[in-house]
Amino acid sequence: MAVQPIRKPTRLEPWQDPGQKPYVRIEKVTKTFGDFVAVDEVSLSIYRGEFFALLGGSGSGKTTLLRMLAGFETPTEGKIFIDGVDMAGIPPYERPVNMMFQSYALFPHMSVEQNVAFGLKQDGVAKAEIKERVGAILDLVQLGQFGKRKPHQLSGGQRQRVALARSLVKRPKLLLLDEPLGALDKRLRERTQFELVNIQEKLGVTFIVVTHDQEEAMTMSSRIAVMNHGVIAQTGTPTEIYEYPQSRFVAEFIGSVNMFEGRVVEDQADHVLIRSEDAGCDLYINHAVAVPAGATVGVAVRPEKIALSKEPPVNAAANAAANADGRNVTSGIVREIAYLGDVSIYLVELKTGKTVRVTAPNVVRRTEMPITWDDEVYLSWRPFAGVVLTQ
Amino acid sequence: MKQMGKLAWALWFGYAFLYVPIALLIFYSFNESRLVTVWGGFSTKWYAELLQNDQLLGAAWLSLKVAAMSATASVVLGTVAGLALARFGRFRGRTLFGGMITAPLVMPEVITGLSLLLLFVALEQAIGWPDGRGMTTITIAHTTFTMAYVAVIIQSRLVSLDESLEEAAMDLGARPAKVFFVITLPIIAPAIVSGWLLAFTLSLDDVVVASFVSGPGSTTLPMVIFSSVKFGISPQINALATLMMVVVATGIFIASLVMARQDRQRKRDEQMAVQGG
Repeated sequence: MAVQPIRKPTRLEPWQDPGQKPYVRIEKVTKTFGDFVAVDEVSLSIYRGEFFALLGGSGSGKTTLLRMLAGFETPTEGKIFIDGVDMAGIPPYERPVNMMFQSYALFPHMSVEQNVAFGLKQDGVAKAEIKERVGAILDLVQLGQFGKRKPHQLSGGQRQRVALARSLVKRPKLLLLDEPLGALDKRLRERTQFELVNIQEKLGVTFIVVTHDQEEAMTMSSRIAVMNHGVIAQTGTPTEIYEYPQSRFVAEFIGSVNMFEGRVVEDQADHVLIRSEDAGCDLYINHAVAVPAGATVGVAVRPEKIALSKEPPVNAAANAAANADGRNVTSGIVREIAYLGDVSIYLVELKTGKTVRVTAPNVVRRTEMPITWDDEVYLSWRPFAGVVLTQ
Repeated sequence: MKQMGKLAWALWFGYAFLYVPIALLIFYSFNESRLVTVWGGFSTKWYAELLQNDQLLGAAWLSLKVAAMSATASVVLGTVAGLALARFGRFRGRTLFGGMITAPLVMPEVITGLSLLLLFVALEQAIGWPDGRGMTTITIAHTTFTMAYVAVIIQSRLVSLDESLEEAAMDLGARPAKVFFVITLPIIAPAIVSGWLLAFTLSLDDVVVASFVSGPGSTTLPMVIFSSVKFGISPQINALATLMMVVVATGIFIASLVMARQDRQRKRDEQMAVQGG
């Protein structure tokens, strides 16, 4: 899977800079509907110019959180500050925030131009300026010649861009996007992801995006908050979330993962050793973890970090410590192969009975591939590949 | 083939069941004879006589006025009620309100009429208004029961209307009142029009409630027709009914023509959008 964040790294990210003041501050916000707790004591700081993603499955509370920022729901407890101002009691029409709706919510009885001009009209902007700004924003989303059409005369992708233009034309400091690409087909979605990031960087607006699509969150955002049952499971950059998940939920929600259960047998400053019945070998990890020897833990290994070979792996110098005594090496039978073109997915049944998922790039052509069904193969991975999870 | 024949027969029977009485009514409006059921040759004299009959024309005019006024009033009230039910969440007494709104739909008209009559009499004794019974009381009475129909129509339209449209307008800076007039109202306008037409029709053909709350000198058309049956129907009534039917049929025909054209236009637009997208 291509999980390269497309943003260029800047000198110091705002969330690492203690001198930076967050633009949006969510403080211990809880929202209940009757007995159901939709959002549970969530705290977040989002900085100016960020592209922040709220990622979670349905019912995780991500949309409720977004609607509280827009002012459509009132927090049961806790406070929301935008640009230092407490938002309690401020109605949606007085917030410095615009929202792009999942359904796009284009007014069906108005033309594209009238839709986009609506927000400016409410602010009493002069007619000449409205015309100019509407024209400029429609050009930005490449809909210049569609101004006179009605929403039902547009395709899905065009409607999405009208909705984006309408929410951007007022030049909000903060734009909330609810599943902005949900209704588009795959090809259009990929193209639009890049467009969104470009527009965001060009205008310098802070974006908060709600999405259930982890790939979408990974490619677009500067930081991601993974939500589960109304609680934030982890906040971090796409790389942090993918490479260093802090809980089993995050590890399993983002991408796919092999989870080995085990017990810590050696707990040193530079490495830990975990004995795993599951994996059929000892797991060696080249950094210390804050768990005492004897504790039971889970070790997550991503499918693309496992190497497959028909011969026992040769101990390269870098892996010597790790692979000594058969650490991080196990074997099994290939049960399933899924050919995806660029990569293949192998499901390998270990001697212990556990099935492990391995992805490998198809360097050679499919027909020449050395590993096939029912082959006995060795699985090995490097000492940094495993992530120890206690929760 | 045999199956088709049976189906066609059933279809024609259905049409006959629905339209033969109406066709007969139109046919006898051109009857020369004074007796409604005896054919005495073709004539348009009943139409000419109808135009001289002030009582009948007055009643028709009153009926139209009452229908227009009560339809307008019930559209306003029904929209407000539908809005309260569809958009204001779970306020205190919502279930009771929802039930009460639809009660007139199932209430026997005799009871509605009687209770309104008692109310008007009591009011007149207490505060001197309404002064006697006439057009005002009939309009109020018709509003009370047609409003229920309008409220149900508007509520169901609002429930199917994507609430995020209103939220989007608010998000863009419009206050709730403005959102209603600029966004909600134009979108639900077709439902309001059909609500108005339904209320108008219901008021126009009501005879029971009107009989209770009308007074001397304010007789609606259905009441005149109903009472004249007792003395034998004059073919003038056939003529009047034919005229009204022509007006209604023309209206429906034009409306369906316009709707069909809009539908075709919409389909063409959508096709263009898909191809152009």
